[in-house]
Amino acid sequence: MEIKSPGFLASIKAILWKDIAIEWRSRQMLSAMMIFALLVILIFNFALELDARARINVTAGVLWATFAFAGTLGLNRSMAIEKEGDALDGLLLAPIDRSTIYFGKLLGNLLFMFVVELITLPVYSVLYNVNLFNAGLLLVIVLGSLGYAAVGTLLASMAVQARTRDLLLPVLLFPVVIPALVAAIRASSGFLSGLEVEFIMPSLNLLIAYDLVMLALAYMFFDFVIEE
Amino acid sequence: MIEVTGLSKRFANKHVLKGLEITVTPGEIVALLGANGAGKTTLLRILAALSNPTLGKIKIGGHALPAEAAAARGRIGFLGHKTLLYSDLSAEQNLLFCSRLYGIQNANSRVDEVLELVNLFRRKRDPVRIFSRGMLQRLSIGRAILHNPQVLLLDEAHTGLDQDSAAMLNELLRSLSKEGATILMASHDLDRVSELAYRVDVLVSGRIAASRSKSEKSSSSLAQFYADALQSEKRGPRGN
Repeated sequence: MEIKSPGFLASIKAILWKDIAIEWRSRQMLSAMMIFALLVILIFNFALELDARARINVTAGVLWATFAFAGTLGLNRSMAIEKEGDALDGLLLAPIDRSTIYFGKLLGNLLFMFVVELITLPVYSVLYNVNLFNAGLLLVIVLGSLGYAAVGTLLASMAVQARTRDLLLPVLLFPVVIPALVAAIRASSGFLSGLEVEFIMPSLNLLIAYDLVMLALAYMFFDFVIEE
Repeated sequence: MIEVTGLSKRFANKHVLKGLEITVTPGEIVALLGANGAGKTTLLRILAALSNPTLGKIKIGGHALPAEAAAARGRIGFLGHKTLLYSDLSAEQNLLFCSRLYGIQNANSRVDEVLELVNLFRRKRDPVRIFSRGMLQRLSIGRAILHNPQVLLLDEAHTGLDQDSAAMLNELLRSLSKEGATILMASHDLDRVSELAYRVDVLVSGRIAASRSKSEKSSSSLAQFYADALQSEKRGPRGN
């Protein structure tokens, strides 16, 4: 039997493949995230129906609140599958760079968020009368989701060690992710209302900086976070 | 080879291991006996690089822990209390995923070989969540030996196994030992221990309180030796 140390990308790919295979078989995470996202959009739709002016101003906020709430469900479930049967120990036993566990989980979480967003956006577009064929808006969704998943995956890895992990994650996550959410809402709102790009750039720059800082912090500290 | 000197582990104010010393040479099967809470699982988790020691020196296959943990991990096979498996994946998918993490080439044939060995080949496509306790344990054993580890750490390996599966595990451990693997197994099952182990170490209050080799001529049974070790430590522990 020949053994060759798995490379950085091969380890990430293996972990991503595993998460996709689990979701393909169980379909638990995506179905819960999608139902929850659609419910949030519908609830906001009915709540804001009477006030057309408020509705125009808050559509971007509704979109990001939906993604953030549904994303939390996904993050919790993503780490819960690692805790069942102590499968996380199985990952920690492997002769791989431990940061690849983070990046593998991050890509899985991001992929599931994109799937939910892909299904939620047309409904959102119809209910809120928003044109989705807007490259700027799609860029903001990619950057905002990346920032949310980057910090969410790191904090979910911390919370998974605690008995109250389901409760702990939102309490840890939302205060840290506020800068990314605020920037994403402002940038989305700007693109939806047809603002010039120069007025949106500060929010976009903040999003890009947030993503880079969070990815770098996670790369540096994941090893310590995941250790006993 | 496992070499441990002066190993201590403290959780908050509780000292679980206190200056423990143990050496297991290649080809040796050493059984670790001890009451619940004696520190057996903690020791095995530290040796598997899943937990860091508070004090002490550890070498696994020549690699010092925790400094060279990444290199050591590839040489370790670990079987703990939990299965380390994903319940929504099939037996085959679990082992294939594991083989990718360990960089095993020709993973499909190795996975089939191991599934045959643990007698789960016919169930390889079934999701693990429908497996019985014994089948899960057999698959966990398969997972632990998949990469042909030099050092095998087993925590209550016979738990949940029927007679045939237990015999299969014994045969497997003997064969790995003959090939030069270093095996340390924690157990409460004195019959299994006396069948398999070349040496028995008794862990009491975080230290090896007594040790006996199979080659040593002794008039007392293993049960008597174990009871004496526990009693002697109760009468007069060797200081902190």
